[in-house]
Amino acid sequence: MSVEETIEAGLHDCRDVFASTLVEMAGADERIAAVVNDSVNSTKLKGFRNRFPHRFVNVGIAEQNMVGVGAGLANGGMIPFVCGASCFLTARAMEQVKVDLGYARNNVKLCGMSSGMAYGELGPTHHSIEDLAWTRVIPNLTVIVPADPIETRAAMLWARDHQGPVFLRLSRLPVPILLDDKYVFRPGYAKVLREGSDVTLVANGVLVCRALEAAGKLAERGISARVLNASSMAPFDREAIVRAARETRGIVTVEEASVYGGLGGAVAEIVATEHPTRMKILGVPGVFAPTGSAEFLLDHFGLTANGIETAAIELLNGVARV
Amino acid sequence: MARWRAQIEQRDGVIRSDTEKNEKERLRWAAAVVRMRSLEMVHHAKVGHPGGDLSSADVLVTLYLAVMRFDAANPQWTNRDRFIMSKGHCSASLYATLAQAGLISAELLDTFMDPLSMLNGHPDRNKVPGVEANTGPLGHGLPIAVGCALAAKMQGSLWRVFVLTGDGELQEGSNWEAAMTAATYRLDNLMLIVDRNRIQQGDFTEKTIRMDPLPEKWMAFGWSVVEVDGHDQDALRQVLGGGPVEAGKPTCVIANTVKGRGVSFMENKPEWHHGVPTKAQLDAAREELLGAWR
Repeated sequence: MSVEETIEAGLHDCRDVFASTLVEMAGADERIAAVVNDSVNSTKLKGFRNRFPHRFVNVGIAEQNMVGVGAGLANGGMIPFVCGASCFLTARAMEQVKVDLGYARNNVKLCGMSSGMAYGELGPTHHSIEDLAWTRVIPNLTVIVPADPIETRAAMLWARDHQGPVFLRLSRLPVPILLDDKYVFRPGYAKVLREGSDVTLVANGVLVCRALEAAGKLAERGISARVLNASSMAPFDREAIVRAARETRGIVTVEEASVYGGLGGAVAEIVATEHPTRMKILGVPGVFAPTGSAEFLLDHFGLTANGIETAAIELLNGVARV
Repeated sequence: MARWRAQIEQRDGVIRSDTEKNEKERLRWAAAVVRMRSLEMVHHAKVGHPGGDLSSADVLVTLYLAVMRFDAANPQWTNRDRFIMSKGHCSASLYATLAQAGLISAELLDTFMDPLSMLNGHPDRNKVPGVEANTGPLGHGLPIAVGCALAAKMQGSLWRVFVLTGDGELQEGSNWEAAMTAATYRLDNLMLIVDRNRIQQGDFTEKTIRMDPLPEKWMAFGWSVVEVDGHDQDALRQVLGGGPVEAGKPTCVIANTVKGRGVSFMENKPEWHHGVPTKAQLDAAREELLGAWR
């Protein structure tokens, strides 16, 4: 199925599969607990609270405490999924994330909801475009940005079985199903969603579907674009990037995050040290976003199929054909 | 130095707590050793926080040697009582206490803050048996302790959770977030001990950010409050070993202590928050702390 056809088939809010998967896991394993910062509705965890009230902790509007409580629950043998809006969960509790989770290696699963610019018109206070830069530098913390409902569920199953802290960066923006039912998440692995030999598009999260759309548009122009799903931000798939740098003529990174320190930064670190190539980094260009819906803002910053297509063409125009 | 060390270890090995008199003697001796060891460690490392090491020694020794249930041979025993050292800068007294409790070897203390030592300036649970949390930045311990206590409640387990904070540390807002959670979830398996030595890095607490009336603050947050002389080991044993004051409420034990306790020239002086004793000061401290056992 082409990406256009999957979009036709329907779009999904990944929080739905997040909530149902957590309930399913909690039913099968008494160690699963949920911790929220009053965010019962925005995490869609009402069902969890109703089914497992004794394993549902609402610490109130208190993110530092929430992450510390998660660390303590893990110390006591539980597997806590600590859930809150990504902007507050990461920024407000950054030291707890670094020390109580990363450094102490506590078995806590952080779930940053409505990340990126999903909160749209609520403004930059509620945008979480810095979280990738902040979290991917913390040792021991696995950082995952799922692309669709299938990957959201697969990442949760992997996180449950992994002994160590994990940051799941989730969204509420509707996305099509891109992966097949048998997909298994692997840390440090960027799956090739489309083969290509002229240019590589590296994306994650809600922008993977747009990168695939862009690849379709580029194909109509006779440009063969490879698409990588870089859902595992930490650890990162160095080999896939080196291969892309070697086998195609340039790399365009696409993220719903600041252009500084996130996906583009991770790719640039690798190509600069291992196989220099031309790059374009698409994201939020070092500004606080203006007022507008999430869709408006993605369009405003060129984070659309058209924007990605244009960036790829510009990149290739600047590179002589070998 | 070696003679003192030999005497200390010989003496520590001899004492048994088969009678109440011996138990009291054992705890009194252990606290003196923890104080002396802490000062030796800070002198060795040329950095540390001796004032708080000395103020917290009686609480630490009472917890590890007379109150908490744990298995020194199996530090990860699931049903152990948990102790979170939130004031992680007082790692020297914590490590010295862990040695007294048999969780780490006494020889390890000699490597305090040496290159590649297990004993960081602030404790690391992945390196040191018996350490439950990586602390150092203040205001982390109580939220973690709340999580531990919640885990016990979720599992129907009977282990208890103890956490020691400084008093200046309570200026960190995360403590009060955790205080509200503990009260709401009725965590009577949780006991907070505040090392109320009234001095923080820069000055006396009351001249910095006023903490009083501290008991009333905790009561207002829904906690049971007990005030105790933090150097009276009998009283500490009774309070810390006695369980929750009220069912359904977490307990805050305000341990009134003296910063630098046991060494006259260090007592109640803000400059000893992170002062480093010279050799001469170390010798003078040894006389004061261990003279009675000479």
